Amino acid sequence: MSFRILSDPIDPAALKAALVRGRAGACVVFEGWVRDMSEGRPVVSLEYEAFAPLAEREGDRIIAEAREKFSILDAACAHRTGTLSLGDLAVWVGVTAAHRGDAFEACRYIIDQAKGRVPVWKRERYADGSSTWIEQKQVGFPRGSP
Amino acid sequence: MKTVHVRYYAVLREQRGVPEERVLTRAETPDALYQELRQRHGFSLAQNKVRAALNGEFAAPGAILKEGDQIAFLPPVAGG
Repeated sequence: MSFRILSDPIDPAALKAALVRGRAGACVVFEGWVRDMSEGRPVVSLEYEAFAPLAEREGDRIIAEAREKFSILDAACAHRTGTLSLGDLAVWVGVTAAHRGDAFEACRYIIDQAKGRVPVWKRERYADGSSTWIEQKQVGFPRGSP
Repeated sequence: MKTVHVRYYAVLREQRGVPEERVLTRAETPDALYQELRQRHGFSLAQNKVRAALNGEFAAPGAILKEGDQIAFLPPVAGG
């Protein structure tokens, strides 16, 4: 069980190979890629910034929640930081389970929660030279102060 | 008065112009400290948009600042 923030390219084959198998009849993988368009604006690159130690702790908590909610064997997630180009792999989630239903649901849970809770920030750079920090509109940080 | 170590991320880091700094403050809580720093530096994000981390973990509601604390101010996140 691990959530990792990586400043180097994600190696999906290595992450998948490390997942618990044997008893697993299903492996569901989600890959988030850098896309050329955001709300109608042409994107040329993304920059990710993270508060890495807290991001990894919060990410590990999300994976622990997924293990409680769903019948899965293993789960892992990796998220990039730094500048990424179109088509680059920004985030990877992999889940193994005895059956596909729980693997799909747990994978969905992990990516949805990660997008809204893990302290990672995304700056989009547009074709016209401008850029903006993106604000996720769902989930939100765990309750607390401020 | 106490000295605390403040770290900024993303839009706050850009608006402040530095990623971290030492701050001498009378603020008792992370909320109060953010208000003080927002006034001083003109941060665009309202208090209710910003989360604080205290010594590496999300700050609990009502957390009290102590000398030497490490505080991070976190804008709304957007991973994935």
